[in-house]
Amino acid sequence: MTWFDLLFGAHGWAPLLLRGALTTALLAIAVVPFGFGGGLLLALLKSAPSRLVRVLCEGYTTFFRGIPDLLALFIVYFGLQALIDKLSHAFGDELHLELNAFVAGVIALSVVVAAYSSEVWISALKAIPPGQIEAARALGLDRRRVFMQVVLPQLGRVALPGLGNIWTILVKDTSLVSTLAVMDLLRAASEASKATARPLLFYTVAAAVYLVVSVLSGITQEYLERRANRGYV
Amino acid sequence: MGDFLGFLFNIDMLATWWPRILGGLQITVETVLLSCSLGFLLSYPICLARQSKSQLLSKLMLSYITFFRGTPLLCQLYLVYYGAGEIRPFLTSIGLWWFFRESFFCAVFSFTLNTAAYQAEILRGALTSVSRGQTEAARSMGLSPYRIARHVIWPQALLVALRPLGNELISIIKASALTAIVTLPDLMGVTRIIFARTFDFSIYLYCALIYLAMTEGIRRLWNVIERALSKHLALARGGGAFSAVAVMPPNEGAIDA
Repeated sequence: MTWFDLLFGAHGWAPLLLRGALTTALLAIAVVPFGFGGGLLLALLKSAPSRLVRVLCEGYTTFFRGIPDLLALFIVYFGLQALIDKLSHAFGDELHLELNAFVAGVIALSVVVAAYSSEVWISALKAIPPGQIEAARALGLDRRRVFMQVVLPQLGRVALPGLGNIWTILVKDTSLVSTLAVMDLLRAASEASKATARPLLFYTVAAAVYLVVSVLSGITQEYLERRANRGYV
Repeated sequence: MGDFLGFLFNIDMLATWWPRILGGLQITVETVLLSCSLGFLLSYPICLARQSKSQLLSKLMLSYITFFRGTPLLCQLYLVYYGAGEIRPFLTSIGLWWFFRESFFCAVFSFTLNTAAYQAEILRGALTSVSRGQTEAARSMGLSPYRIARHVIWPQALLVALRPLGNELISIIKASALTAIVTLPDLMGVTRIIFARTFDFSIYLYCALIYLAMTEGIRRLWNVIERALSKHLALARGGGAFSAVAVMPPNEGAIDA
C-alpha cells in the first residue's frame, strides 16, 4: 500500500493519529496551569520564613530536576497507584479506585514542570527591584496587594523566555506518557506501525507533527516576547 | 511512620539486587559517555556547516538542528530502532545490520545525533559571543588563522560554552533512561525489570537516588571547574561573582541543570 492509502485510505490511520495529537495537545495544555502555577508557588515558598519549608522546596526541586523525566513519571504513577491501593484497603475492598492514566500523566508532568519552572520564577522575582515593593508597602498596600498588583503583573514579561523553553520541553515530554498506555500521538504512531509494519512512515509523521508544534511554539513565543517588551525598548 | 519508611526504602531489596543494578549503571554510563563524546566531535563540523557561506549546506544543517531539537528524543529513538528493522534487507546489503540490530547501538546512534544538534547550537552561541573586534585585532597584529582560533577565540568561547555543555551532559544522563523502553537493560531498564518481579516500589526511589547522585555530582563538579577556569574574570570584576556570563543561543535555557 502507498503511504497515502495507509494514512488517508478507507482504513487509514490518520484519524487515530489525529486523535493522538489532540490527546497530546490536551495533555500539554492541562499541565500548564498546575505546572507553572505550582512552580510559582514553589518559588514563593523558597523564600518563606520557615527554614523547614525552604529546605523541603529546595529538595523537591533538586530531586525532580536531577532524575530522568521518565523515572519521575513512573514514580508519580506507581506511587499514586500504591497509595490508592493502600487507601482502598484501609476503607475496605468495596471501594475500588483505579488511576486514570491521562490524569496520572497530567499530575506527573505537572510535578516535573513545577520543579523546572520554579527556577525561572525565582529569577523573575529577583528581577523586580526591591525598591518597588518597599514603595508599595510605604503607600500602605498590604502584602497580598503588593504581590497581586505590583509584582505579579511584571513577572510574566521576565519569566516569558524561560517559561517558553519549558513549554517546548513539556510538549516533547508528553511523549513519555505513551509508556503509561495513554493513546497520545506517539502511542498512536506505535499502534499504527505495529499493525502495518511501517514504522518509518508513522514515526516520521509523528515527528513531523511534533516539529510543527515546536516551530509554531517558537514563533508564538517570539511574538509574545516582542509584545511583552514593547514598552521596554 | 516506620511502616511508611519501610514502604519507601526496603533495604533487603538492595542486598538482593545490587549486582543487577550495578550492571545497569554500567550500561547507562557507557551510553552517556559514548554518545556525548561522539556528539561533541560531530558538533563542531555541524556548527561550521551551519555558518557556511553555502546556502544549501547551512539550510541543511539548520533543518537537521531544528528536527533533532524540535521532536521528542523518544520518537527519534523509535525511528532508528524500529525503522532499522523495516529496512533490514537494505542495511544487511550494505553490511550495517549488525550495528542497528543492537538496541545499545541504536540508542547511542540516536543520542549522538540528538546531542550533536544541541551541542552545535551551544558552540555557535559561544563562538559568536566572542566579539568580532577581537578577531580583527588579532588579524591586524599578524596572527595566523590557526593562532587566532587557538589563542584568542577558543579559550574564551569554551569558557562560555562550559556551563551549557554541562547542562547538556546532564540532560543526556536523564534522557538515557529512555533506552529502557527499547529493552536495553540500563539503570532504568533494570529497575523496571526488578519492579516487575517484586512489585516493590522502593526500587524506583533507589534508582532515582543513583541518577540524582550522578546529575548533582556533575553539577557540582562543573561549578568547581568553572570557578577554576574563570579566576581571571573574577579578578577583573573586582573579585565579584565567579561564574562566567553564559551567553546562550535562543531557545537554549539553562533549565536542565
